[in-house]
Amino acid sequence: MRSGTVYTETVIWSAPEAFVNDAPYQTAIVTLDGGGRVTGRITGDRVAIDDRVVEVEERDGVPFFRKRQ
Amino acid sequence: MARRRQDRRRYPGSMRAVAVIGIGKTPFGAFADRDLRSLAVEAGEKCLRNGRVAPEQVESFYLGNFAGPAFVGQNHLAPYVSTALGINGVPATRIEAACASSGSAFYHAWSEVAAGIQDVVMVVGVEKMTSQPTARVSQILAEAGDCSGEMKAGSTFASLFAMIANRHMHDFGTKREHLAAVAVKNHAAGALNPDAHMRKVITLEQALKAKPIAEPLTLYDCSLISDGAAAVILAPLERAREFTEKPVRVLGIAQASDYVALDQKADITTFPAVRRAGEKAYAMAGVKAGDIQFAELHDCFTIAEIIASEDLGFVTRGQGGPYAFEGCTSLQGARPINTSGGLKSKGHPVGATGVAQICDLVLQMRGEAGERQLKRAELGLAENLGGSGATCVVTVLRAA
Repeated sequence: MRSGTVYTETVIWSAPEAFVNDAPYQTAIVTLDGGGRVTGRITGDRVAIDDRVVEVEERDGVPFFRKRQ
Repeated sequence: MARRRQDRRRYPGSMRAVAVIGIGKTPFGAFADRDLRSLAVEAGEKCLRNGRVAPEQVESFYLGNFAGPAFVGQNHLAPYVSTALGINGVPATRIEAACASSGSAFYHAWSEVAAGIQDVVMVVGVEKMTSQPTARVSQILAEAGDCSGEMKAGSTFASLFAMIANRHMHDFGTKREHLAAVAVKNHAAGALNPDAHMRKVITLEQALKAKPIAEPLTLYDCSLISDGAAAVILAPLERAREFTEKPVRVLGIAQASDYVALDQKADITTFPAVRRAGEKAYAMAGVKAGDIQFAELHDCFTIAEIIASEDLGFVTRGQGGPYAFEGCTSLQGARPINTSGGLKSKGHPVGATGVAQICDLVLQMRGEAGERQLKRAELGLAENLGGSGATCVVTVLRAA
C-alpha cells in the first residue's frame, strides 16, 4: 500500500448531497513517497500537515489513509 | 511619435479601445418567486436603459452562466435570454467557466469589440441557485472541480479552500483572525449596499465563533448562495459618448487557466492563473499593481481574497492576512477591496459575479456608489476566479 505525507487537510462539516451521512469527515491531499499527490479520505485519528500516513484501503477509486504511528 | 508607440504597446496590433457604456443589476438575494430568465431580463433591461441602447442595436450577445441546466433544468440559455430582451437574430453565446463564467463572457465580448468585429455587445451574467437545498447546491458546485478525483473523495468547494487556508497558515503564519477580518470588512461594506444579499454588520468574534463548514472555515468565511443577474454593454471608446456621459475604459484585460484539480498544483497557496492574468492585464493597461486605487476581488472564501491580494501584487506573498487585518483594504483604507460587500455580503450568484464586479467598479467611477462612494476611484481592478483557480479573468478599468 502507498504511503506519504499530509500536504494539507480539512474536516468537512457541511457535506455535498452524496456524503451528508458521513459528515464530519476529514479529507487530505497527500504527497506520495513515490511522487505525485492525491486527494483522499482519512480514517482513524485526525491528521495534521506533515503527518505521515499510509493507505489502508481504496473504495470506488478513492484512497483512504490512516496516520502512521 | 512617442505617444503613438505607447498606445501600440497598450493595445497591440490593430486592437480598438473599448468602453463600458451601460450597466444594470438586479438585487442579489434569495427570491423564491423569480426564475432565471426574469432575473436576466431585469438586469438586461436596466442595462439597455442605462446605456440608452435599443435592443436592435445590440450586435452580439454573451451570457455568463455556470449551471442553469442543473439548477433550473434549462439549457440553450443565451438565445433563451436574449430573445426575451428583444435581441434576436444576432450571435447569442453562453460561456461556462465555473464562478468565472461571466468574467470570461465579458473577456470574449471585449475581444469582439476590440477586434473590430462588432461595435455594440451585451454581456449578461445570471444564476438562479436558491431553488435547490444546500446539499444539492454543494453537489452542483462540486462539478466545477475534478469529479474523477478530489470530488469523489467528498470534497466541497469550501473544503478545497479550507485546505488552501490551512496550508497558507502553515507556510506564512496566517491566522484565523486574518480570515475573519476579511468577512467583517466585507459585511461592513455590504451593509451599505442596497442591492446586497446580506446587509448585516458582523463582529470578529461572531465570525470566529460561527459554525464550522470545513475547518478552519466557518459560515462567515464562505460566500452566499444567491439568485441574481448583472449586465453590461460594451462599445468602441470612440463611439462611447453616443451612449453615455460617463464611459469607463477597459484599459487592460486578460484571462488565464490552470489545473482544475487542486492536487495537481505544485503550490496551493498561490493561484498561477491570477498571477498570469494580472501581469498581462497590467501590461496591456500600462499600469503597475501599486497604481490600482481600489478593487473587487473574488472572495468566494475569505482566504481567496487574501491570496488574490498577494497574487495581484498589492502585497508580497504571505502578507495578505495582516494587510486585511490592519484595515488597509477597508472602505477607509489606502486601497479599498470589495466596496460592494464582495461575494461574502453582496452575494454570489456564481454566473453573475464577474459582470457584477464590473458594474460595481463602474458605479464607483461614475460617483454613483452612494454611502460606499470612494474619494479616489479613477483606476480599479476586478478579479474573477473560477473553481479552485482553474480560470481567472482580471480587468483593469479607468474612468474615460
